[in-house]
Amino acid sequence: MSDSARFIGEEEKIDISSIAPIRNYSSRFLTFLSILCVVVLLASLSWVLWDVAKEGVNKLNWYNLTQIRYPAPGLEDGGFGHAIVGSLMVLSTAAVISFPFGILAAVYLSEFGRGTRLAYLVKFSCNVLTGVPAILCGLFAYAVVVRGSGFSAFSGGIATGVLMLPIVIRSTEEALLLVSPDMRLASVGLGSTRFQTTMRIVLPTAAPAIVTGLIVALARAAGEAAPLLFTSFNNNFWSTDLFGPVATLPVMTYFFAIIPFRPQQQLAWAGALVLLAMVLVASTISRFVVHKTKK
Amino acid sequence: MTSAARDFESSQDINIEKKMDSSRILDVGFVRLTLVLSIFAGILLILVILQTTEAALPAIQQFGLEFLVTSRWNPVENIFGVLPQIYGTLMTSLVALVFAVPLGIGTAIFLTEDFAPKWITVPIGFAIELIVAIPSVVLGLWGIFVLIPAVRPIFRAINESMKWFPLFGGPAPRGPSLLIVSLVLSIMICPIIASITRSTFESLPRNLRDGALALGATRWETILTVMIPAGLSGIVSSIMLAMGRALGETMVAAMISGNANRINISLMQPGSTITGLIASQFGEAGRLQVSALMYAGVVLMILTLVVNVLAEIVIRRFQNLEQ
Repeated sequence: MSDSARFIGEEEKIDISSIAPIRNYSSRFLTFLSILCVVVLLASLSWVLWDVAKEGVNKLNWYNLTQIRYPAPGLEDGGFGHAIVGSLMVLSTAAVISFPFGILAAVYLSEFGRGTRLAYLVKFSCNVLTGVPAILCGLFAYAVVVRGSGFSAFSGGIATGVLMLPIVIRSTEEALLLVSPDMRLASVGLGSTRFQTTMRIVLPTAAPAIVTGLIVALARAAGEAAPLLFTSFNNNFWSTDLFGPVATLPVMTYFFAIIPFRPQQQLAWAGALVLLAMVLVASTISRFVVHKTKK
Repeated sequence: MTSAARDFESSQDINIEKKMDSSRILDVGFVRLTLVLSIFAGILLILVILQTTEAALPAIQQFGLEFLVTSRWNPVENIFGVLPQIYGTLMTSLVALVFAVPLGIGTAIFLTEDFAPKWITVPIGFAIELIVAIPSVVLGLWGIFVLIPAVRPIFRAINESMKWFPLFGGPAPRGPSLLIVSLVLSIMICPIIASITRSTFESLPRNLRDGALALGATRWETILTVMIPAGLSGIVSSIMLAMGRALGETMVAAMISGNANRINISLMQPGSTITGLIASQFGEAGRLQVSALMYAGVVLMILTLVVNVLAEIVIRRFQNLEQ
C-alpha cells in the first residue's frame, strides 16, 4: 500500500518535471504567435491609413473638392467636384430604391413572418446575395438597364441599390429584434392593429439602430467602384443628368490610379482619403450608437 | 327605447364598423405589402442570376464549355477563353487564405481567450473590423504605389533563390503579380475570419473551457484540443465566406494583378482574375465580347454561389446544433 502510493507519487514527480517546461514554453510560444497575428493586422491597417492620409492630404483642399478635372491629363490643375456630385446622385438613387424596400421587407421578416418557412428562405437568399460579388450587381444592372438606355447615373444607382438591399434588410432586421416583445404586446393589448404597432411603436423605437445601419450600408456602398464601372461609367465634366454617365469618387480614383500622370495620381489619393474618411466616420458612429442601444 | 336613441346607436355602430373596416384594410394591406417586398427580395438573387445568364447566352452558345479551358482572349478574332482567369482567381484566393486563416484564427484567439484586459481587446477588435470597411479601390491604390515598391526587393530575392520552384519562378519580378493580389486580399479577408471565429468561440458554452481547465489542461491545450474542435464548423464557414469575398474582389485584382491574358504558373508574374478581366475590358468591348464577359461573370457567380451556399448551410447547421 505504502509502496504503491510512493510509486505513484514518484511517477507524478517525474511527469511534472519532464513535461511542465515543454508545456510552459509551447504555451508561451503560441501566445507570442497569437499576439504576433494581432500586431501584423494592426500594422497593415495603420500602414494603409498612414499612406492614404499622408498622400491624400496634399491635394485635399476646397479648390479640388469643388473644381473639375477639366484641363488635359498631365497639367497641374483640376479637382473632383464633379465626381462628388456624381457619387451623390448614384447614392441617392440607390438609397431611394433600397431603403424603403429593405425596411419593409425586414419588417415582414421580423414582425409578421418570423419563424415561417418563407422568412427562412428569404433570409437564406439574402445572405447568399450578400456574398455575391459587387461586380455581378454591375453586370446585372448592365443587362437590365444599360443595354436599353446606355450608361447612366440611374443604372449605377440600381447596381448599388441591389448591392445594398440585403445589407439594409439584415441590419434593419437585427435592429427590430432589439425591440422588446413586451412593447409589441402592450401595443396590441391596447387595441392597435399590426400596422399601428409597427409604425408607432416598433419602428420609432428601433429608429436609431435602423438609421445607423442605413448609414453604414450607404458608406460601404459609396466606396464600391466595381458595380459602377459599366453602369454610371465615367465623365470628365460636370453632369447632373440622372440618365447620362457621371463620374463617381471610387471610379475616378480607379481611373486616375492607373494612368501615369502625377497630378492625377495625387487626385486619386485625395479621392481615396475622402472615401476612407467617410467610411471610417460612419463605422465609428455606428459603433457608438449600437453600443448605446445594447446597453 | 325611442327611435332617436335607436338611430343614434345604429349610426354609432356603422361608424365603428366603417372605421374598423378602413383600419383593417390598411392593416392587411400593409402586411401584404411587406410580404410582397420580402418575397421580391428573396427572388432578387434568382433575378440577378437569370439576367446575367441571359446576357451571356450568345457567348455560351458560341463557345460552350470550351470557354473554360481555352486560354486565348482575342477580341479581334472573337476567340474567348478564361482558363488563365480561372487559374488566377482560384490561386489568388487560395494563397490569400494561406495567409489569412492562421492570422485570422490567431487574432480571434487573442481577442477571446483572456490574454489581455477588456480595455485592450475592445479597441483592437474595433480596429480590425475597420479593415473590412476600407474601400477596395483604396487598397488597390495603396497596392500600386506603396506595397508593390516595398515588396519588390523581397520578391526578387525569393525569385533568385527559389527559381526551381514553379510558383516562384520566371524572370525577375517587376511589379504587378498574383502574389501581390493575394497579399492585399489576405489583409481584406482576415477580419472576416477573425470576427466570425471570435463570435463562434464566444458562443461556445463556458462549461467546455472550464471542464478542460479543471482537468489540468493549460490554456493552449484547452484552445487546441477543446475550443477549436468544438467551434470547427464556425471556423470553416468563416473561411468559406472569406473565400467567397476573395473570389469576387474586383478592384484590387484589376489594379495590381497586371491583367495578363496568359497563364503564368508562377505567382511572381503578372496574371489575371475573372473580376479583373471584366473590369478592365468592359469599357471598350464589342457585342460578342460583352457577352463573353457576361459568361465570365456567370462562371464567377457559380464559383461564389457554391462557396457561399456551403458556408450558409454549415452556419445554419451549427446554429441548429446550438439550439
